[in-house]
Amino acid sequence: MWLLTAAIILLQCFITTEALADDEYYKVVVAEPYMEMHTGPGRGYPVFHVVDRGDEVEVIKRRTDWFMVRTKRGKEGWVRRAEMELTLTPEGEKTMFAEAGFGDFSRRRWEGGVLAGDFDGADIMTVYAAYAMTQNFSAELSVSQVFGDFSDAIIGRVTLVAQPFPEWRLSPFFSLGGGLIYTDPNVTLVDESDRTDQIASAGVGVRLYLTRRFMVRAEYKNNVIFQDKNDNQEIDEWKAGFAFFF
Amino acid sequence: MESRLRIFLLKSISVLTLLGLFSGCSLMPVDDAPYEDSEPVIKPQLERRTITEADIDSEDFEASAFVGVMSIEDFGSNVVYGARLAYHITEDFFTEASIGRTEADETSFETLSGGAQILSDSQRELTYYNISLGYNILPGEAFIGKGHAYNSALYVIAGVGNTEFADDSHFTVNVGAGYRFLMTDWIALHVDFRDHIFDSDLLGKDKTTHNLEATGGISFFF
Repeated sequence: MWLLTAAIILLQCFITTEALADDEYYKVVVAEPYMEMHTGPGRGYPVFHVVDRGDEVEVIKRRTDWFMVRTKRGKEGWVRRAEMELTLTPEGEKTMFAEAGFGDFSRRRWEGGVLAGDFDGADIMTVYAAYAMTQNFSAELSVSQVFGDFSDAIIGRVTLVAQPFPEWRLSPFFSLGGGLIYTDPNVTLVDESDRTDQIASAGVGVRLYLTRRFMVRAEYKNNVIFQDKNDNQEIDEWKAGFAFFF
Repeated sequence: MESRLRIFLLKSISVLTLLGLFSGCSLMPVDDAPYEDSEPVIKPQLERRTITEADIDSEDFEASAFVGVMSIEDFGSNVVYGARLAYHITEDFFTEASIGRTEADETSFETLSGGAQILSDSQRELTYYNISLGYNILPGEAFIGKGHAYNSALYVIAGVGNTEFADDSHFTVNVGAGYRFLMTDWIALHVDFRDHIFDSDLLGKDKTTHNLEATGGISFFF
């Protein structure tokens, strides 16, 4: 126990020596009767200090919706965003913190996410990145891994996604894409060899904006795999997951 | 078997969602009334200046390295090591991507039979990657001695990923819990327990395997 205490305190000494120049930080002035400082970046952490109206604090950093501030006397604590927005700049203007919101969701440029689901009875996992050319159209690049009973596969796809109602919180989309599927039969089956086929997909889905830069996405895709054999293989694909946008 | 895994995954997602709902802190930002009600005393008729993200250093990402012990069902326990990258979405939720690597020992059968080998040396390597959603279920402070208080959190986490083992990919569900102890505002120690669940037919019969992992790590917010 003593060893642990000593180790942590020692480590801390090394870490906190990284001193930063004073005027590097953004400053705000408390405009409300007081501003509460919590011991941690969370609603449950106790208030240990109160900054009076007119006092200036430095904003050291931000974590999720909490800001770490330092008073003139060197006390450091965490303040919630709602309270920070009631402060003034040293010039007397109101402060407002840039916050990704619903407006940014419909105007997003980049999107990336992870989806998991079902690919004709097999499990599938997909990572994708998308770039929005306009509010209604985006191009998407995705890589999927399929885990089947008899074979595994990797699919690389380029997809064009049309979103008719970008301003809706729950926004539907349609997709059309193509790519390659590399199939790798499991080791226990000896007579099948690895192969690469072309794949085409058409799909529908929805995006649901949650908060900040975060959304939920679910989709269905109908795939056609063009095999060397005469019959093409048709595959239903259902997926859901979460995504970020920038 | 595959569908059983999916049902399990769906269940764990719904449990996480329910947890969020019950604790009254969904993903939507909550505005506490007292702060909103109080009218600002000074009301300057000036334009609001928006502080951009460049003005304030935001530390929502957390990178970590970990080492510990992982037990592969039927194949003994061995050292596991890896790395994680987490993004804190709100004070309650975070997403995490992780990769890890360990090696399988001999099964009891291999040991007792003397020479028989089920897997070659290269097949004994196990690597996994996964993407998970975590929820800080018990945030709080930990005290060491009389004069030191540290922020900490107990979290639950679940996700999906891939496990490469014995020349085969396995769709893997992971569930677990961990403890984050913040030594400073940006350095934390972690203890993590995870169960990596996947179906395997390696020993002839298709079965769901539980592969338990206990690790310790250090992380940095940036």
